[in-house]
Amino acid sequence: MKFSPIEFRSQAEAALRDDTLQAALKRARSGFVDKRAKAVAALPEFELLRAEASAIRADALNRLPTLLEEFEAGVIAAGGQVHWAIDAAEARKIVLDIARCHESCRIAKGKSMVAEEIGLNPALEDAGINVVETDLGEYIIQLAQEPPSHIVAPAIHKTREQVAALFARHHERAELLTELTGIPELVDEARRVLRETFLSADVGITGANFLVADSGSTVLVTNEGNGDLCSTLPKTHIVLAGIEKVVPSMTEVSTLLRVLARSATGQPLTTYTSVFTGPRRAGEDFGPEEFHVVLVDNGRAAMLGSEFRDMLRCIRCGACMNHCPVYGAIGGHAYGWVYPGPMGQVLTPWLLGPERAPDLAHACTMNGHCAQVCPVGIPLPDLIRAMRVREHESHVNHVAERWVFRQWAWWAKRPRLYGWALRKKARWLRRLARPGGALRKLPVWSGWFRSRDLPTPQGRTLRDLMREKLRGSQ
Amino acid sequence: MNGPLVALFGTCLVDMFRPSIGLSAIALLQRAGCRVAFPEAQTCCGQPMFNGGDLKHTRELAKRHIDLLAGYDYVVIPSGSCGGMIRVHYPQLFEVGDPWHAKALDLSRRSFELVSFLVDVMKLDRVDAEFPHRVTYHDSCSGLRELGIKAQPRKLLASVRGLQLVEMDQAETCCGFGGAFSLKFPDISTRLADDKLASARAAEPEAILGGDLGCLLHLAGRLSREGSDTRVYHVAEVLADAADIPPINGLPRNPPEPAKPKLD
Ligand code: SF4
Repeated sequence: MKFSPIEFRSQAEAALRDDTLQAALKRARSGFVDKRAKAVAALPEFELLRAEASAIRADALNRLPTLLEEFEAGVIAAGGQVHWAIDAAEARKIVLDIARCHESCRIAKGKSMVAEEIGLNPALEDAGINVVETDLGEYIIQLAQEPPSHIVAPAIHKTREQVAALFARHHERAELLTELTGIPELVDEARRVLRETFLSADVGITGANFLVADSGSTVLVTNEGNGDLCSTLPKTHIVLAGIEKVVPSMTEVSTLLRVLARSATGQPLTTYTSVFTGPRRAGEDFGPEEFHVVLVDNGRAAMLGSEFRDMLRCIRCGACMNHCPVYGAIGGHAYGWVYPGPMGQVLTPWLLGPERAPDLAHACTMNGHCAQVCPVGIPLPDLIRAMRVREHESHVNHVAERWVFRQWAWWAKRPRLYGWALRKKARWLRRLARPGGALRKLPVWSGWFRSRDLPTPQGRTLRDLMREKLRGSQ
Repeated sequence: MNGPLVALFGTCLVDMFRPSIGLSAIALLQRAGCRVAFPEAQTCCGQPMFNGGDLKHTRELAKRHIDLLAGYDYVVIPSGSCGGMIRVHYPQLFEVGDPWHAKALDLSRRSFELVSFLVDVMKLDRVDAEFPHRVTYHDSCSGLRELGIKAQPRKLLASVRGLQLVEMDQAETCCGFGGAFSLKFPDISTRLADDKLASARAAEPEAILGGDLGCLLHLAGRLSREGSDTRVYHVAEVLADAADIPPINGLPRNPPEPAKPKLD
């Protein structure tokens, strides 16, 4: 299934009509929201921690170049290699080159949003390399050939039955359809198949939640432990990360981990927190022989110098989408690209260009719930609004809309005319309404009237009533 | 009378659709001991352009109102979103150091949404009103998250004779209005309204109350289309004892009478 941000409208409409998806969304939504609420309630200092996490991320961004250099030196000192990728194409090429020089035929991959962002899997597959996703959710959508619909729970849109059917087809065992009735059975089945992958893979690719400057370590959290297997069993471990992920030391990481897990899944800590520092050292029994970190810019450095800088604080917890009413109504695929929900409404137009995602910034009611829960204090509605400003200033938005604003402002600067227009409009609407009831239809605003009536004005405008009242009291 | 001099900023929707909200606000302010003025040159605060990304026109309208509303002790707005516009966003429109920024900040400090003004500034803890109905309350997003309005309306509603407030479980969830959003994405907007109304319905209210006419027009419009008889009122109308008029969603068959709120 192909989705595209330019098709946001039609994808959203299709999602609203998809009953299976709606059921899945409803379940997921209350699950995430309730779990986070419970975790936050259980930690009285959560708001303080949130402020601290915001400050840590903001500070790291202020010192980004220095921290990245420190990180690079750390990786090299630990025996690893660092590669810098300016954009998606370069990042893909770097990974391909590493993979090719090992003549690898199989890659075990952990969940990585950057890998999705740079379109890594199709590139690897085109090169004849067999990539297997090892995160259960990613594995499911890989089988279904769909993009993730949530950054934390990529297959959240799938029902248990749909997953059982996928496994039955792809594992070529029809009996699974009836056997796989519960989540534990599904997990066991996936584990059985994935185990072979771990043992036979030549290269492991994972993402990173944080890069630690002072030690050159990368930190990864998972709930399945698959990240550990991807990194320790294959001969080569490639870590893909955006350049914004770096923080000074493990001290900062420990604070961020506390807000990350609670915000994402309501856990006090994610089940597995893995710290990777360089390849296997002499005398060690486990670990890869080669350790590569690919640092991906892909628009981030430019973002750092823009009004969207704060977006780079993001630690990819997903809380913004879990609390977004629009996401809750349409799910992640409708947004058409890797990053759904509020964070995607900033990242997608930024990374792809507003003309390739013209609707995203507008698909927001400005309700502010996302900013209220974001663990690193990103002012998402302000950034989404700033994206609208950018579109307005670069004339990406609709001509009609620009015209309306110009007109509106013209009238609003002329109070007498404005008052006259309001009076006329109120009268006109009253004349068109059915007696006592609301307006059913007008030649304008067809979107509104498709599903809603428009309440009828009471009659006199407030300014007219006030003028009369003043006259009466003189 | 030497209470504070308060300018009422009516908002364009109240001005055109439902002046009874403005008159109710004036009645409430006067009963709380304020001297109320209605600066006649007020128009639109600029929120639609602001949320549409048109900062040039937003600034023009902001400057007009910053000047117009200077000289009053307070500016009171019967809407959380227009209140948020003036209180939170006006200062953001100008660079620190720009004289307009200082003026916007000054206005911001004097500007309040109606119900929060009554409770937080005028220290009102009860009103003289009667509304013998079971109601539920929708927390409009801007009021809730930009201005921290949650307890204030509940506090005053608790003193309304006969009123029984039953909370819905999704009181703080967006109703899907979102200004231009409701026109640009009607299907999503309506879905959110339906979710909101389903949650409201579970509380079995006779009336839904809220503090923002935008959200209320949207919810009322949806209820009207569905033929529901749940009534929608602005909280100011109930608190001012002026909700004996037809609700926002109109009365089936009965022509709405012109507003006659009680003024002191
Ligand atoms: S923007 Fe904030 S809430 Fe959303 S994913 Fe990033 S860190 Fe989490």
